[in-house]
Amino acid sequence: MSREKGQTKANFLKGIFLENPLFVSILGTCPALATTKSLEAAIGMGLLFTIVLICSNVLVSALRKLIPEEIRTPAYIVIIATFVTMVKMFTNAFLPELYSTLGVFISLIVVNCIVLGRAEAYASKNTVFDSFIDGVGMGVGYTLALMLMALFREVIGSGMITVGNIFTFIPKSSLPILKCVSAEGDVIYDYSISLFQTPAGAFIVFGLILATIAFIQNRKKELASYRDRQEKIRKAQEAKEAALKAAQTNNVEGGNK
Amino acid sequence: MEQFIAFLLAILSSMLIDNVVLSRFYGICPFLGVSRKTKSSLGMGIAVVFVIMLATLICWPLYHFVLVPAGIPFMDTVVYILVIASLVQLVGLFIKKYSPSLYKSLGIYLPLITTNCAVLGVAQGNTDQGYTFLQAIANGLGTSIGFLLIIVTFSCIRTRLDSANTPKAFKGLPIALITAAIMAIALMGLQGLFSGLAL
Repeated sequence: MSREKGQTKANFLKGIFLENPLFVSILGTCPALATTKSLEAAIGMGLLFTIVLICSNVLVSALRKLIPEEIRTPAYIVIIATFVTMVKMFTNAFLPELYSTLGVFISLIVVNCIVLGRAEAYASKNTVFDSFIDGVGMGVGYTLALMLMALFREVIGSGMITVGNIFTFIPKSSLPILKCVSAEGDVIYDYSISLFQTPAGAFIVFGLILATIAFIQNRKKELASYRDRQEKIRKAQEAKEAALKAAQTNNVEGGNK
Repeated sequence: MEQFIAFLLAILSSMLIDNVVLSRFYGICPFLGVSRKTKSSLGMGIAVVFVIMLATLICWPLYHFVLVPAGIPFMDTVVYILVIASLVQLVGLFIKKYSPSLYKSLGIYLPLITTNCAVLGVAQGNTDQGYTFLQAIANGLGTSIGFLLIIVTFSCIRTRLDSANTPKAFKGLPIALITAAIMAIALMGLQGLFSGLAL
């Protein structure tokens, strides 16, 4: 089967922008609010989520002709739950800090609407390769969305970006932005707003991001309708001028006769 | 008596202080999706209370008396989600048979409960945190009633918001999220309410 390269690229990119699961479809909001306290936790969550999504997409699409129509939802749930259990055990063994930070939210990937939604809407109807690309795109899109929220919450809430707490193989270090602490532990300046680290801050950040997206979309729509109007006016004017010209030449011709 | 008070306090604290939606972030999807009308949010809330209680009563014994003796405690997530999915089906059939009018008002929310994180979250949390059976029931009751309380309150606010004059970009979901943030701040004020009492 020959495929165009552009089609695969569009399939991958749609998960990141046009059909971003978090900001456009508003799915998978629970982990988006709960695990975005720090950038590292958000990356970890996005990574685990992407792995589960890719695996379940591939398996569901490989079995799409074998699973009877009537029991497909329970079958998908069992497939997803199996992968989540595997990911959970791996995390517990190799990244125990990530496991304890995310806690029950690793198990809750099972009931994340995005995974079941993609299995139901995409993987059950498309080829294995397409489903794989779709899973990668959606997973990366979701991870980037989580990272955006976590960036705002960590920078404004704690004033600095800290790495090495969860991914312990990276040496522990922090980048001061709104809050600076000297080597002796004295606070040099501190403009952080700790509200953004609390649950309320998560709702505020999510609300503001959605409002920004809505604002940009409204702007685009207004701009498009403005351009449409301008185009119509221009066309009407052109038609008028053409008619006028035609009338003039007619007149001239008539005068000549 | 002392145990009873501890039981009540545990319910209250998981209902208000550790509220399921606003501080633990379970069940945000139905919280945002089914809170446009007070009536439908009430239906959803009651259905969730029902399913969470049943799931707690079944999953906890299942883990401690079947999975652990069998040596497969790692299968908990798979087993819980299957229990919840079949419970939802069963409750649906049961209500349909005995109270068609209730089914008419609750029926459409039942399938949505399977993918409500609150149900799996409570079942999983009960065994992950090593709660006793009594604590598990308190957690289930508190969480589910907390969910009912918040979703109904939130829907009342949202019906007012619909007719409010909000900026165009904030219409709909964004202003609802900001409202939820203010509700979360209000509940934060209750933190430490029971810290003086020994639980």
